[in-house]
Amino acid sequence: MTAITASAPARTHATSRRQWVGLLYVLPAVAFVVVFFVIPLGMTAWMSLNNWPLMGEHSFIGLDNYVAILRDTRFWNALKFTFYYTVIVTIAIFAVAFPLAIFIEKPRPLTNLYRTAFFMPAVVGFASASLLWSWLLNVDSGLFSPAAFDLGLTEKKVNLLATFQPAFWSIIAMVVWKVAGFTMIILMTGLQSIPQDLQEAAVIDGAGPFARFRAITLPLMRRTLALALILSVAGSILAFDQFYIILRGGPRNQTLTAVYWIFNQSFVSFKLGYGAALSMVLLAILVALSLIQLWLLRKPEGLD
Amino acid sequence: MAEAMSQNRKAAFSLARHSTGIIASVLFLAPIVWTVLSTFKPAQEARQPPLPPWPTTGFSVENYETLNSFGDGLWVSAQNSIYVSVMTVLLSVLVSVLAGYGFSRFRFPFRDFFFVLILSTIMIPFQSILTPIFLVLTRLGLHNTLTGLVCVYVTLQLPFSIFMMRNAFDAVPREIEEAARMDGANNVTMLIKVMLPLVWPGVVTIALFAFLGAWNEFLAALVLMTDQSKFTLPVMMTALQSGRFGAIDWGAVQAGVTVMMVPCLILFLALQRFYIRGLMAGAVK
Repeated sequence: MTAITASAPARTHATSRRQWVGLLYVLPAVAFVVVFFVIPLGMTAWMSLNNWPLMGEHSFIGLDNYVAILRDTRFWNALKFTFYYTVIVTIAIFAVAFPLAIFIEKPRPLTNLYRTAFFMPAVVGFASASLLWSWLLNVDSGLFSPAAFDLGLTEKKVNLLATFQPAFWSIIAMVVWKVAGFTMIILMTGLQSIPQDLQEAAVIDGAGPFARFRAITLPLMRRTLALALILSVAGSILAFDQFYIILRGGPRNQTLTAVYWIFNQSFVSFKLGYGAALSMVLLAILVALSLIQLWLLRKPEGLD
Repeated sequence: MAEAMSQNRKAAFSLARHSTGIIASVLFLAPIVWTVLSTFKPAQEARQPPLPPWPTTGFSVENYETLNSFGDGLWVSAQNSIYVSVMTVLLSVLVSVLAGYGFSRFRFPFRDFFFVLILSTIMIPFQSILTPIFLVLTRLGLHNTLTGLVCVYVTLQLPFSIFMMRNAFDAVPREIEEAARMDGANNVTMLIKVMLPLVWPGVVTIALFAFLGAWNEFLAALVLMTDQSKFTLPVMMTALQSGRFGAIDWGAVQAGVTVMMVPCLILFLALQRFYIRGLMAGAVK
């Protein structure tokens, strides 16, 4: 990133006043961030130390909410499920997106067309995609169960959303469909930034495609890979829309994610203080993740 | 490599490549196409499994008409969504252009602090501060208003769009400004007449991201909009799909999904290079 330096080395009084005007330009942005982000963030921390119902007075209870979290097995189950989902969906997304990125990396006939097609689901919102798939997955009016039945693959129409395994994997399929194009583009930028002559030199040295992939592509893509990985992990940990819209947390509350549980506590049970304490836990996880990201994305030493 | 390949191998490679490309494209596009086609079935047929996806008993827009009869109707939610998205675009572009210009061209106290403050909000999930946002909006009298939702969406866009705009302004050579200043342009005319045309691609990029972000957002709208007349499309359609208005009419749900998807797809196809630019800026930074 380029540092901004004033053009005149010795600033006069007039230019220094001119520089102050900059504050006016950034003021609206700062105001938005303070009112709708910094203050709510501080309030979350404060609320987490209170018993805070929707109506009526709130009262300071110290760390009681956090103590309650320790005993909240349903929250820990939600967190466990969220991590499980995150690992599986991230692997699935990469398994699809990486081959696609290699497929569209080089400009060949129709590549742009294919790239656009793969990317289309990524611009559709998560809510739209979830509504769409909740129909495809519906046992009576949907596509998959009736089609499998018509083709004679199943003896009767199977309700995919009734038991955990098929429901979970249906969500994975939907998310991969929706997100793979996005990850593909990120990985493509990484692939394209690898100097072509490096690959050619390796070919001359007799390196096979697999050896080249391991020795050149992967190391040089470290930052891109880290970025795609973090985006996928952070997005999955915050997953809500698809589990709310398609499964309502079911079957038998087995697919409640962390955000879903916080949503239930805060806006269904209206335990705002407790919800805030849960939010602080989620927030700590995400901030830790961001710090790992900064470390992974650091400029490689000796390069740049 | 190309020279070494025989004509036959080249043809085989090309065939394999295009068949892979076509099959993968079909897989990615099928759910979208399937949905859009089935919305034009008559209501009776739309209740059946979509095999085949296209209407077999006549073309009809019945599903779109029924959609308009639930609750306050599709059109109210669509208007809400349009209002929220357009306002988010206008406001976030205005705020980010000003801030990007300020951060790029002026030295003032706390400049770096403010910049880092704004960018660092991207590390914190807004899902974790929704309750206080709800309380802040209530305090400001913006509770259950579309304007309140717009304020939240604008704030969520700012880290990305200010980062984009600061970089866009940084890329404009200082000589251009100095020349304009010689001609007596003040800061505001400078920004509008001289700078804005030069950073225009950046503006289109952040406008596109702001629109898609606001149009598709679900959780905040679900939590903050409690009155049905204030529902945006995703919230309205989820209420419909959950059976809140009686038996689920899948034809109507698909019509709603189509209304939600089509603007995004059209905008993306029209402005694809700006979208990819934004992604690259985020990825390469």
